[in-house]
Amino acid sequence: MMLTGFKGSWLAFHVGIVTGFVSTFYLLNGLLWPQPPGAESQTSHPDVDPFWVIQHPALLSAGHPHLSGEVSATAAELYSKVRILCWVMTGPSNLETKARHVQATWARHCNVVLFMSSVRDDGFPAVGLDTKEGRDQLYWKTIRAFHYVHQHHLEQADWFLKADDDTFVVLDNLRWLLANHTPEAPVYFGKRFKPYAKQGYMSGGAGYVLSKEALRRFVEGFRTQVCAHTSSVEDLALGQCMEKMGVRAGDSRDAAGRETFHPFGPESHLTGKFSKSFWYWNYCYYPIVEGPQCCSDLAVSFHYVSPELMYTLEFLTYHLRAYGYRYRYQPPLPENAARLLQLQGRPKAGNATLLVQGSKRL
Amino acid sequence: EEVVIPPSSPGGGGARPRWARGPVRSAAPEKMISESSSFVKGMMLGGLFCVFVTFIGHNKMGHGTKAHHHEHHHIQAPNKEDVSNLSEGERMELSHSIRVYCIILVKPKDLGNWAAVKETWSKHCDKAEFYSSESVKVFDSIVLNTNEMWVMMRKAYKLAYERYQDEYNWFFLAHPTTFAVIENLKYFLLKKDASQPFYIGHTVKSGELEYVDGDGGIVLSIESLKRLSKIFEDPDRCPEQGGLIWKLSEDKQLAVCLKYTGVLAENAEDSEGKDVFNTKSVGSLIKEAMANHPQQVVEGSCSDMAITFNGLAPNHMHVMMYGVYRLRAYGHNFKDALVFLPPAGSDND
Repeated sequence: MMLTGFKGSWLAFHVGIVTGFVSTFYLLNGLLWPQPPGAESQTSHPDVDPFWVIQHPALLSAGHPHLSGEVSATAAELYSKVRILCWVMTGPSNLETKARHVQATWARHCNVVLFMSSVRDDGFPAVGLDTKEGRDQLYWKTIRAFHYVHQHHLEQADWFLKADDDTFVVLDNLRWLLANHTPEAPVYFGKRFKPYAKQGYMSGGAGYVLSKEALRRFVEGFRTQVCAHTSSVEDLALGQCMEKMGVRAGDSRDAAGRETFHPFGPESHLTGKFSKSFWYWNYCYYPIVEGPQCCSDLAVSFHYVSPELMYTLEFLTYHLRAYGYRYRYQPPLPENAARLLQLQGRPKAGNATLLVQGSKRL
Repeated sequence: EEVVIPPSSPGGGGARPRWARGPVRSAAPEKMISESSSFVKGMMLGGLFCVFVTFIGHNKMGHGTKAHHHEHHHIQAPNKEDVSNLSEGERMELSHSIRVYCIILVKPKDLGNWAAVKETWSKHCDKAEFYSSESVKVFDSIVLNTNEMWVMMRKAYKLAYERYQDEYNWFFLAHPTTFAVIENLKYFLLKKDASQPFYIGHTVKSGELEYVDGDGGIVLSIESLKRLSKIFEDPDRCPEQGGLIWKLSEDKQLAVCLKYTGVLAENAEDSEGKDVFNTKSVGSLIKEAMANHPQQVVEGSCSDMAITFNGLAPNHMHVMMYGVYRLRAYGHNFKDALVFLPPAGSDND
């Protein structure tokens, strides 16, 4: 009995030590030191995304995206003088899996962007075109999308780009290309294919862009029934309408003759050897070049781009570079760009030379 | 009656507890009082002990954060201010003063990657040589006649020092799965004195040893290489065979040897604290970012001034070459302090 009594005190003592230690520990931690901060709350919900001014269902760019260390006066000039409205062909089941990543990457560089779906979605936001989904609906969606844009957004842009939700586009390079042309001319650009149309037509997946006049004529074509839903092969059907309406299929290659719109991903074009029996060989309007010269430094688009590749390409285009590297390809200043500045009433010599210097410094 | 002396209580001082001094009476209320008083004494002791330990620990953290920094070294890219104050002449001089020799360790099984490295980024080194485990018909290489990575590394560094100590001041070692942007490496090394012992890359801590992970590429200044060559002669400190029981990886071996010469590994970071030597590919890092912070995938992942990526298949090297040296957005320019010209006889950059 004595043993248990004594053991009880001994036990009580040790329990006391532990209790004292633990309670003091929590006391100290609660009182003296602030709790460590939780995981950083994520920035910018789509609602308060700093890139957009939402004009439901359109997203208007809030400003020209650029990095803080950059000298991007030239890009900013082109952004305001060569305004591009982008509409992205998507669908309800692709909004979160594909279109969301377009919205987070290249779409931020458009002046205006619209996501075209069969069903309206106010949260994304996406336009409801009142069609069904599926490959056979592609031309219906295209017709309705261009009509929608013509009806609601004609004055907000000079050029009108169609892309898929797995197309990656570099808007700044498209502006460089288009700066040499006027939106009042009936012309459209893309990856030019040759069969089935005299002047060829533009690949749908690689994206194509219509001048304002071309868009007017497309809509006019349907009004006068010169154009109709002739087939579900969207790009060919549109190309045939363009031809009927006197819209020219433009040459989108760079000053070195390299393609800018690409119907496949960068890996395929840069490293792939297309087999001689592959349809591609018979489709391309201009001679195919395999290897590094396949693609312009100022590429405008790639297709079959996965979400991961979207971010990767955005990183490679706008972020990662070789410090101090003087590029081999020094693209010429778009002639019309200088002219555009003069039309806006800016002092001629000053800014034209700024642009010249800017491009030379590249 | 027997009195059993218990073992001395923890943290306790000298005096034996009261109940051990004499026979204990077995009266119940007294027992309870003695128990509760023991408990209270214990609590006070425990509480005091906790306070004591916490404050000691807190102080140690205070000094310890400095000590911690000493233990995990960080080294940063030059500030924009450092660099913008240079005159045109100084810039040209600097661009030419940083001369990088590239060692790529290869084996016949790496042939696809070997070819890709040869055709891509290695052209931007001031000189690049391939050190092979064995002779290969298709490509020239410096043959090391060993399959062991550590031995290959030793031999390569030794040869590089013997032949090139007067011609290059920085030595970059990589595996054929690595893609490097040498211009960004030169920018990073801009204000660093090669006659100081630098050992830079993506560092990892393994117990007490901080070492540069070979997958991200290893950078040594000429001074470090000089010291390394000396310690190679010391078979006790820097043996050719690995550890006694199990082999240390070659990048750890290197760190051990360098440590004996007083050279410590430093983790390279940009001005935002992001790693510039990466042991993963852009794609992997993007995938991680998509999972971890989907609202800030690009801005939150890799450094804009990244020097290396690893785990690239040959095709990906060609895409990186295009992405780094060619693909860009028109009109977005940078006022860089250095000028690097494209290499002669090349068309993919």
